[in-house]
Amino acid sequence: MKIRLSRERVRGDFVKKVEMISGQDLLQCYQCGKCSAGCPAAFEMDILPSHVIRLAQMGQEEELAQANSYWICFSCQTCTVRCPRGVDIAKIMEALRLVTLRQKNRNKVEATGLPPELLAELPQIAIVSSLRKLSG
Amino acid sequence: MKIPYYPGCTLKTKAKDFEDSAIAAARVLGIEMEELPRWNCCGTVYSLSSDDLIHQLAPIRNLIRAKEQESDRLVTLCSMCYNTLKRANEFFLADEEKRERIKRYLDDEIPYEGDVRVVQLLELLRDEVSMDAIKEAVKKPLTGLKVAPYYGCMLLRPASIGIDDVERPTVMEDVLRALGADVIDDPYKTECCGAYQTVSQKDVVATCAHSILTSAQGNGAEVIALSCPLCDFNLDNRQKEVQERFNGFHPMPVLYFTQLMAIAFGLDPSVCRFELSYNDPVPLLKSKGLIE
Repeated sequence: MKIRLSRERVRGDFVKKVEMISGQDLLQCYQCGKCSAGCPAAFEMDILPSHVIRLAQMGQEEELAQANSYWICFSCQTCTVRCPRGVDIAKIMEALRLVTLRQKNRNKVEATGLPPELLAELPQIAIVSSLRKLSG
Repeated sequence: MKIPYYPGCTLKTKAKDFEDSAIAAARVLGIEMEELPRWNCCGTVYSLSSDDLIHQLAPIRNLIRAKEQESDRLVTLCSMCYNTLKRANEFFLADEEKRERIKRYLDDEIPYEGDVRVVQLLELLRDEVSMDAIKEAVKKPLTGLKVAPYYGCMLLRPASIGIDDVERPTVMEDVLRALGADVIDDPYKTECCGAYQTVSQKDVVATCAHSILTSAQGNGAEVIALSCPLCDFNLDNRQKEVQERFNGFHPMPVLYFTQLMAIAFGLDPSVCRFELSYNDPVPLLKSKGLIE
């Protein structure tokens, strides 16, 4: 994997957008990895939460666009409450989802695509929260 | 004590067992939970973005409904409603400029300044009822019933709104102990069940549920007690997927803590609506002599 770094990238629009939506300063993270160590969804992620933050710090938009990490994230906030630097990682994951979902036709879950048997089985909170997190 | 109560969508349907048992059990302790005459969906998940004011309106409207009842408090049962309502109010109070913008969207409502406190039933039991009063109300102690409390995420995180210690909560243990149960300490009690991924990532949720359930079983639990209808679905109904995926898994019942309160208080088990459980808890409760 080749990573290109430049001032334009590190302080570019993508980084600004993620910081604006999340309200977090990405450079506060010093890469201790505590978020990854305690993440209950990490077993299914292709890039660990701390690595997601590192890529975001470096403005690696293309690399992050390929990652499944923030789509698998449960928004459980375990990372957030454990971060020794006070970084709200769950908010950064949300910002990464929203960067995609705020574009047209980029939903990960479609209300119309859910089969009737599944809708009948699921509690309402599951349906509403899934659509709130994974569609725009 | 009368207190306005916000049910949320799932307590009126799939989690009717939670609502019915909670209202009946709270009444025994002198708490009258009065459902708001008008309420709307809270949105189920708090928006974690700083620029998304529109998603704060639905929860704030519910707090205004409590204000209309001339109350400065609102009680919830569902952990997700609790989290969403409480965090929305925190967001509303934290930033003056955003608060003023939200208020402009709500100009059809009575004035609101963030002065309704959201509480969850467990907090009321600890802070206003007391464990001694719960103990006194017990008619059928849950002696010999090995219960693992499960908090999940939304009652505890983030710490600013959590009802108890973020890593080592004890309030549910205290309630269950007051009911006479044999409380099992389980390290997975605050581990996420996979939450809303149950809609599109069943297998991921089954893996999480398997870890949580087998940890509780390994520590000797016969039943799990919880407070969230989404956790309940993932830990109870998703045991079907857990069994398909993991050889040798033995199913176990999952109950709302309020169902155990109702049983211990000697209420008619029909308030517990056990027919809504995926894994039938009745044989276990019968074997302990708790129901007939």
